[in-house]
Amino acid sequence: MRYGPLIFVGIFLTLASSWCGLVLMPQIQLGRQQAVKIEETGEIYPTPRSGLAQQGFEIYRANGCIYCHSQQVRPEGFGADILRNWGQRRTVARDYLYDKPVMLGTMRTGPDLTNIGLRQTSAAWHLLHLYNPRIVSKGSIMPPFPFLFEKKKIGSRLSPDALKLPPEFALEPGYEIVPRPEARALVQYLLSLKANAPLPEAK
Amino acid sequence: MNESPQSVLRVLSPADTEDGMQQRALLSEIDTSCRTPVMLLFGFSLVWLLIGTAFALVTSFKMHAPDFLGSTAWLTFGRVRPAHLNSVVYGFASQAGIGVALWLMCRLCRTPLILGWIINLTVVFWNLGVAIGIVGILAGDSTGLEWLEIPPYATPMLFVGFALFALWGIITFRYRRESHLYISQFYLLAALFWFPWLYTAAQILIVMDPVRGVVQAAVNWWFAHNVLGLWITPIGLAAIYYFIPKVLGRPVHSYYLSMLGFWSLALFYNWNGMHHLVGGPLPAWLITVSIVASAMMTIPVVTVGINHHLTMWGNFHRLKDSPVLRFMVFGGMSYTFTSLHGVLLALRSVSEVTHFTHSTIAHAHQGMYAFFAMVMFGSIYYIVPRLLQVEWPSARLIRLHFWACAIGITIYVFVLGFGGVMQGLAMNNPDVPFLDPVKPSVVTLTIPYLKIRSHSGILIAIGHLAFAVNFVWILIRWIKAGRKPQTTTPVSSV
Repeated sequence: MRYGPLIFVGIFLTLASSWCGLVLMPQIQLGRQQAVKIEETGEIYPTPRSGLAQQGFEIYRANGCIYCHSQQVRPEGFGADILRNWGQRRTVARDYLYDKPVMLGTMRTGPDLTNIGLRQTSAAWHLLHLYNPRIVSKGSIMPPFPFLFEKKKIGSRLSPDALKLPPEFALEPGYEIVPRPEARALVQYLLSLKANAPLPEAK
Repeated sequence: MNESPQSVLRVLSPADTEDGMQQRALLSEIDTSCRTPVMLLFGFSLVWLLIGTAFALVTSFKMHAPDFLGSTAWLTFGRVRPAHLNSVVYGFASQAGIGVALWLMCRLCRTPLILGWIINLTVVFWNLGVAIGIVGILAGDSTGLEWLEIPPYATPMLFVGFALFALWGIITFRYRRESHLYISQFYLLAALFWFPWLYTAAQILIVMDPVRGVVQAAVNWWFAHNVLGLWITPIGLAAIYYFIPKVLGRPVHSYYLSMLGFWSLALFYNWNGMHHLVGGPLPAWLITVSIVASAMMTIPVVTVGINHHLTMWGNFHRLKDSPVLRFMVFGGMSYTFTSLHGVLLALRSVSEVTHFTHSTIAHAHQGMYAFFAMVMFGSIYYIVPRLLQVEWPSARLIRLHFWACAIGITIYVFVLGFGGVMQGLAMNNPDVPFLDPVKPSVVTLTIPYLKIRSHSGILIAIGHLAFAVNFVWILIRWIKAGRKPQTTTPVSSV
C-alpha cells in the first residue's frame, strides 16, 4: 500500500495538468468573447441565427452532416481552402460564438460549408440537392435525404413548391415531391452559412 | 516494488514453485468468483461487436453506394456512422476492457472477486446506457459532438455504470493480498480514475452547459483523444504486459522501462488532443502544445515497444502454437506502429495533407482495432476457458478469426491510409476539381479505396462471426458439462 497513494497523486496531477492547459486556459482566453461592431459596415458580428435557420442547424446536427462536411477555413498558405473558394478569409474563434454545439468537423468527404450561403444562393438548388444530390451534382457520393420531403398525390394542380425533377428522376405520373418543414429549415440554415465579415483578427 | 525477476515469475507462473498447488487453488478460486460478471461483460461486448460491425458495413457501403438504404431517416449515413462508433467504442471495446480489467485486477491483487453485485449493476447500467444511446442517435438525438454523440438522457446511466466499476476497482485494490504492484495495475488504476474525470468534464462543459464557441472544440478533442489515450490504451497495455509474460512463462524484460513507459504516457498523452484542430480557428499556442506532446509520445511508445519486443525475444516460434500470443503480439506491434504513425500525422506539414481525409479514419481503426480489439480478443481467448473450465470447441475458428481480422485490418489501414494521402494531396491542389463526373476529382479518386475498404470490412465481419460461433459453442459446452458429473479437465495453454 506504500506506493498506492503516490501513484494516485501522480495520475491525478498528470491529467490535471492537461485539464488546466487544454480546457481551462482556452476558457480563460476565449470563454468570454463577445460580438463586435465591424468598422467597415457598422454591423454587429456575429448575430444569433434566425428561428428557422436555428431549426435547420438542429436538422444538420441530427443527421450527422458533420461527418462529411467541415465548417472551418484554413489560413492562406495552409492547404488550398481559400484557393478553392471555400472562404475569402480564414475562420476565427469569433465566427462560432453562437454555435451549440460547435461543428467544425474533421472530414471533407464533401466540400467545406463555412460559406455555402455565399457560394450557392439558390434555395431551389439546395432542395433538389438534398432530395437527391445526383440531380444537380453528377458523381456525388452524398446520401439522399428523401425523408425530408413528402411524396404527394397531385391535387387539382401542382403545388407551387413541388420540386422540378428532371425526366430521369421523375416519379410515376400523378405524384409530386414537396419539401417538409425540416427541408426548408435545413436550406435556410445552409443559406445562412457565411463567415465573410471582415473581422480585424482574421486579416 | 523492487521485484526481482524470480518474484515476478512466481507471481505469473505459480505452478513452477513448491507452493504451486496452493497458488493454483487460489487462481481457481479467483476465476470461479469472476465467472458471472466477466462472462456477462464479454457476452454483451460480443453482442455490441456484432451490432457495431453491421453498422460499420452499412456505413462503408454507403460511401460508394450512397443510395443504399438511403430512404429512411434512421439509416441515413450521418446517423449510422456515429451508431457504429458508439457501439464499438462504448458497447464492445469499453465493455470488453472492463471485463479484462476486472479479471486482471483480481488476479494481480490475488483476491477473489468481492462485491460482485456492484459489477452486475455496472453491466446493467452500462448496457442500458449504450442501448438507449444508440437508439437515440438513430432517432436523431445525437449531440453532434464526435465521440460524445450519446444523447444526454442516456449518459447518466453510463456514468453510474462506470462509477460503480471504478469504486469496485479501488476497493479491490485497497484489500489486495499481494503487496507487489505489477505494471499492469498501474495502467488499470490510472484508467479507472482518468475515464470518469474525462467523461464528467466533457459532459458538463459541452453537453449540459456548453462553454462558448470554439472552446467546445478544445474540450471535445481533449476528451476524444483521451478516451483513446487514457482509457482504451492503458487497458490494452495492461493486458499485453500481463499476457505475453504469462503465456511465455518468463518475466517482463525490464521493470524500469515499464515504469518509464507508464509515467511518460501519463505525462504526454493527455496533452495530445488539439492536433485534431491543426489549421482550425483556435489559438496557435494551443495546437502547438499538442503537436509537441504528440511528438513526445515517441518516448512511451518506443519504451513499451522495446520492452515487449525483448520479452518476446527468442520466443517468436511460440506464435505458432499460441493463438493468445498471436493476438497479443499483433496488437502490441500495431500499438507501436499506430502511435508512431500518429506522431507523424500530428506534424503540421503532414496534417496539412492528411487532416480532413480518410487517413484519419485509417489511423483511428489502427489504434482502436489493430491494437485494442485484437488485444481484447486474445485476452478473451485466454480468460474464458479458465472461467468456465471448458476448452474452446474449435481451434480452427480461432485461426479463422485471427487471420480474417489480421488480414482485413491490415488491408484496411494501408489502403485507406494511402487513399487518404492521395485525397489530401488532391484537395490541396486547387487545379484538381473537388467533384467532377468525368475528369479526375478529389471525390472520385477516393472511390476505389473506399470499395477496397468495404471488402476488408467483410473479411473482418467473417472473423467476428467465427468468434461469435465459438463463443456460443463454448457456452453450450459449459452448460452441457454442468449436467454431467464433474471431470477435472486441465485447461490447455491457449
